[in-house]
Amino acid sequence: MLRYGLPLVVMVAVLGLLFVGLGVDTRTLPSPLVGRDAPSFQMEELRDPDRVLTEEDLKGGVSLFNVFASWCYSCRAEHPYLVELAKQGVTIYGLNYKDTRRDAEDYLRSGDPYEWIGFDPEGRVGIEWGVYGTPETFIVDADGVIRYKHVGPLNPRLIEEKIMPLVAELEAE
Amino acid sequence: MRRGRSVGFVVTVALVLGLWGAADLTGSASAGRIPVGMPLEFETDEQEEQYRRLVRELRCTVCQNQALDESNAGLAADLRGQIYEMTLDGAEREEIVDFMVARYGDFVLYRPPFRTDTLMLWIGPFLLLLAGILVWLQVIRQRQQMAQSRELSPEERAALERMERDE
Repeated sequence: MLRYGLPLVVMVAVLGLLFVGLGVDTRTLPSPLVGRDAPSFQMEELRDPDRVLTEEDLKGGVSLFNVFASWCYSCRAEHPYLVELAKQGVTIYGLNYKDTRRDAEDYLRSGDPYEWIGFDPEGRVGIEWGVYGTPETFIVDADGVIRYKHVGPLNPRLIEEKIMPLVAELEAE
Repeated sequence: MRRGRSVGFVVTVALVLGLWGAADLTGSASAGRIPVGMPLEFETDEQEEQYRRLVRELRCTVCQNQALDESNAGLAADLRGQIYEMTLDGAEREEIVDFMVARYGDFVLYRPPFRTDTLMLWIGPFLLLLAGILVWLQVIRQRQQMAQSRELSPEERAALERMERDE
């Protein structure tokens, strides 16, 4: 029994591990920022360069903080969903990451879901937020604490199953 | 007439140069980026040593199997710039590592910390080695037992007799 049983058990265990490994998404990293205060920043507004934005501008209500750029194709893919979310009354702030003002303004012609947009041409604010792949979306609660992070484009399923319930839950807090 | 034209030319050139300069400022060229292979100057050898070690030990989060020093990704160039600036500002090695971990998580470390949730990562290979040694010892013991038992079992004796008969 041990002679054949043990190798079989070991083999099944190893195959099981390998099979689980196939399904693990190694590109999405857990963010150490979830559960912590939003990092402090200071940057110009995209369309209003005289206005300086700081982390205080995130407080006062539950919001999405969406990192995007005109050169980012998957940002274009999620853009209509953001516009739709804004129409439903969700507050969305933007971080225009490593972009130019002109390109970003062109990009927003198809719809502008953002209450304000931070302009971060060198990606410095992006580093503070641990941004490594656009688009990225954070959910920030009314106290300015990051409660959730998603890397990659938003899609209707994620919005319905995760984003909207969490926003509603945080608003009720 | 001729003079007016040349003034116009100068104005056009100035405008084009000005626009070009402005575009360059708002474009990708920024102080914080360090492309692969860009020569760097340090104030002391210790600073250079610290920088070179850190860019080899920290991982690029976009291109996950490259260290920062070899990656051409835009983010890697930005992070090299960040490490360079912090090093010149006199930041210690630990400070810079903590800065990166606070933003990108343990994943940026090629040398993960020794904690309860990384325990298997560190001792797993040794456990496997130990299991291998135990199996090996067991096999050796069985072989020794086989070699020591010289008495044939009744079945073995019968088989031997059959073989001899067939010859």
